[in-house]
Amino acid sequence: MTKPLPSSYDEMLNADGSVRPAYAGYCQWHDEQTPDLLRRKGSEAEAFFRRTGITFNVYGNEDAEERLIPFDMVPRIVTAQQWRKLSRGIDQRVRALNAFLHDLYHRQEIVRSGRLPARLLKGNVAFLPEMVGFTPPGGVYTHIVGIDLVRTGEDDFMVLEDNARTPSGVSYMLENRETMMAMFPELFTRVRVREVSDYPRRLARSLAACAPPACKSNTPVVAVLTPGIYNSAYFEHAFLADQMGAELVEGSDLRVENGRIAMRTTRGYQPIDVLYRRVDDEYLDPLTFNPGSVLGVPGIMDVYRGGGITIANAPGTGIADDKAIYSFMPEIVEFYTGEKPILQNVPTWRCSEAEALKYVLDNLADLVVKEVHGSGGYGMLIGPTSSKKELAAFEAKLRARPENYIAQPTLSLSTVPILTRAGLAPRHVDLRPFVLVSPNGIDITPGGLTRVALKKGSLVVNSSQGGGTKDSWVLDD
Amino acid sequence: MLGRSANGMFWLFRYLERAENISRLIEAGFRMALTRDASDASDEWRSLIVTLGLRRAFEARHGKEYTGPHVFNFILRDRDNPGSVLAMTEEARTNARMVRGGITREVWESVNDGWMRLKEALARPVPETRLGDVLDLVRRQSTQVRGAMEGTMLRNEIYNFARMGSFIERADNTARILDVKYYVLLPSVSYVGTSLDNVQWENVLRSVAGERAYRWLNAGRMDPRGIAEFLILDGRFPRSLAFCYSKLRSNLASLAREYGNEMHCHEILRDADCQFHQATIEGIFEQGLHEFIGKFIRANTALALQIQRDYRFTE
Repeated sequence: MTKPLPSSYDEMLNADGSVRPAYAGYCQWHDEQTPDLLRRKGSEAEAFFRRTGITFNVYGNEDAEERLIPFDMVPRIVTAQQWRKLSRGIDQRVRALNAFLHDLYHRQEIVRSGRLPARLLKGNVAFLPEMVGFTPPGGVYTHIVGIDLVRTGEDDFMVLEDNARTPSGVSYMLENRETMMAMFPELFTRVRVREVSDYPRRLARSLAACAPPACKSNTPVVAVLTPGIYNSAYFEHAFLADQMGAELVEGSDLRVENGRIAMRTTRGYQPIDVLYRRVDDEYLDPLTFNPGSVLGVPGIMDVYRGGGITIANAPGTGIADDKAIYSFMPEIVEFYTGEKPILQNVPTWRCSEAEALKYVLDNLADLVVKEVHGSGGYGMLIGPTSSKKELAAFEAKLRARPENYIAQPTLSLSTVPILTRAGLAPRHVDLRPFVLVSPNGIDITPGGLTRVALKKGSLVVNSSQGGGTKDSWVLDD
Repeated sequence: MLGRSANGMFWLFRYLERAENISRLIEAGFRMALTRDASDASDEWRSLIVTLGLRRAFEARHGKEYTGPHVFNFILRDRDNPGSVLAMTEEARTNARMVRGGITREVWESVNDGWMRLKEALARPVPETRLGDVLDLVRRQSTQVRGAMEGTMLRNEIYNFARMGSFIERADNTARILDVKYYVLLPSVSYVGTSLDNVQWENVLRSVAGERAYRWLNAGRMDPRGIAEFLILDGRFPRSLAFCYSKLRSNLASLAREYGNEMHCHEILRDADCQFHQATIEGIFEQGLHEFIGKFIRANTALALQIQRDYRFTE
């Protein structure tokens, strides 16, 4: 086994090369396997993914219309004790996010109290005036949240990003586990790992608990709204609908009928109670937002405000995961929960502030700079791995529109080994746990999606940029 | 179920059926060509292109050079041919992705697996020596999907829409083959009973995978009227028009039971179905084989459209 990187915390190995407790059971099993067998299982897994169609589409890449997200067979393991602490932190953060959203669209106490500058809301496209004064069914804004965590030490987990709009990746969490269990059943008899497979059922239950006032039935009709088969996450949309026993609908299947949103079935139009939409706010309703959108349903916002349907996540939740807002999350958590934040933020400089901008410009080569509204790892600068030319180009962009950027230190993300031709080798990882919110409470699936940068030394884990995934284990007590 | 999903199931199975039938046609054409000299072989290949209605597209691509490899590669994989076997298989898979939630994992995997294999097999032009393998692959894919359907799908509306797609398409394909080859089956002054006739007749049967069944039923005797009767009226043969319609009847009846009501398409089917119960092959020849088939194809298309309308396949 190769040594851990000196500069990063390795989750499997101590600095002296001995195995940490979380991985004791796994490593014992791993040492009994031949490298040959593991490699063969690796290609089996890939063939399995292709055959089952677990692919994602890459925009603007015609040759590789459907690609596989590479799967690495070495699991990422978190102990029961670590997970308990993480869950408490996640629970707290998600409670705060929902309270924050409710406040933003009602009295804006947090702005009045002076803890959040009003300018962050003015002109922010993620803030939807259409939502002001409206409370979604059950008071839930973010029915599904993905909290991106990074780790820098034994007890140092930090939140890198909150995904409060339409977090994706949960299908990989589920399929990765299925694959591991199919390939190495005996491993799961030796190491007790907490189940994730009931996520779709929990999702269905959680969504059903948020039925709108117009729903008179005990079994609300749930549907998943997808932009269609060419969307990058179509597989996931179809997968979740299938697993929940819900219809997978497109905008063209839906229309407004008697104050409800109804889907065209072979027997006529039938009303939907809860719509789990995987379409962005902007495309949701051409009458209210982007008039050119064919992905949404004309008039759905009126139906929504009239209590005819639940939209999950609620329109306008994007304001909570805006990167400019992110830097205020510690204050937000404290303001709404009255508690100290359990999970820390990554230190963040808001380039809109003169002093911060100066620091960022002076230290550009050491920092990661992100667009406030960007996602997917696009449009960001990683100082330490950029050329002088790239740095200069980015500096010009920063000076032109400083308010468009935030900067963070280049974290030495923790590593977990992946299986390479030369054996195990450390690679940087992050973790996205998935959280369900309903009036009945907050439900966190143990584990989540571990993304791994497959290139040696790389810190970018996004699947669109060469990242892979791992099965993520939370050990049972 | 969603109207769009019903549409997806219907077309998934239409495309698969069509890909399979086209590959049978190629096989029959290939066999004919093998037994002829060069210029007659070229005629056989041309007749295949004509049967598939691809003459204009083919000649735009290859001129009048009807060589085997040109013809079967054009039909199997040419990008200029939107109805190629590869394109049909891709369409089928796209539909399967769209209705992924309505089909079992087994059905999806057999569609997806077949598509991946075929895409690989057709990545480069197919030489004559590999043609048999490729056609085999297409047929095996259909068989596999059908088997997965049979073994794993609930017998509900989803299943019925899928089966209706198969049988509408199959009836259409058999009728079209009859339509192009009907003259081979007509009594003619010059060729009656020659060995060439025998080969032509057998070829019609081979195009719909019926040569063995027919020989078995008729103790090896070939006669054109018997062949026409077999392909149109014999309810035992799974690619005959009568068989397809008896299946359509039972699929539509089970839909009516599930939904609790009949639609306009049920009426149309009843009318169409009557002709198979009352018709005799003598009557059909009297009316004119060509006319009969033309009428059938139009009625079959109308039935398909009515099903799509009645069950709201599209807005």
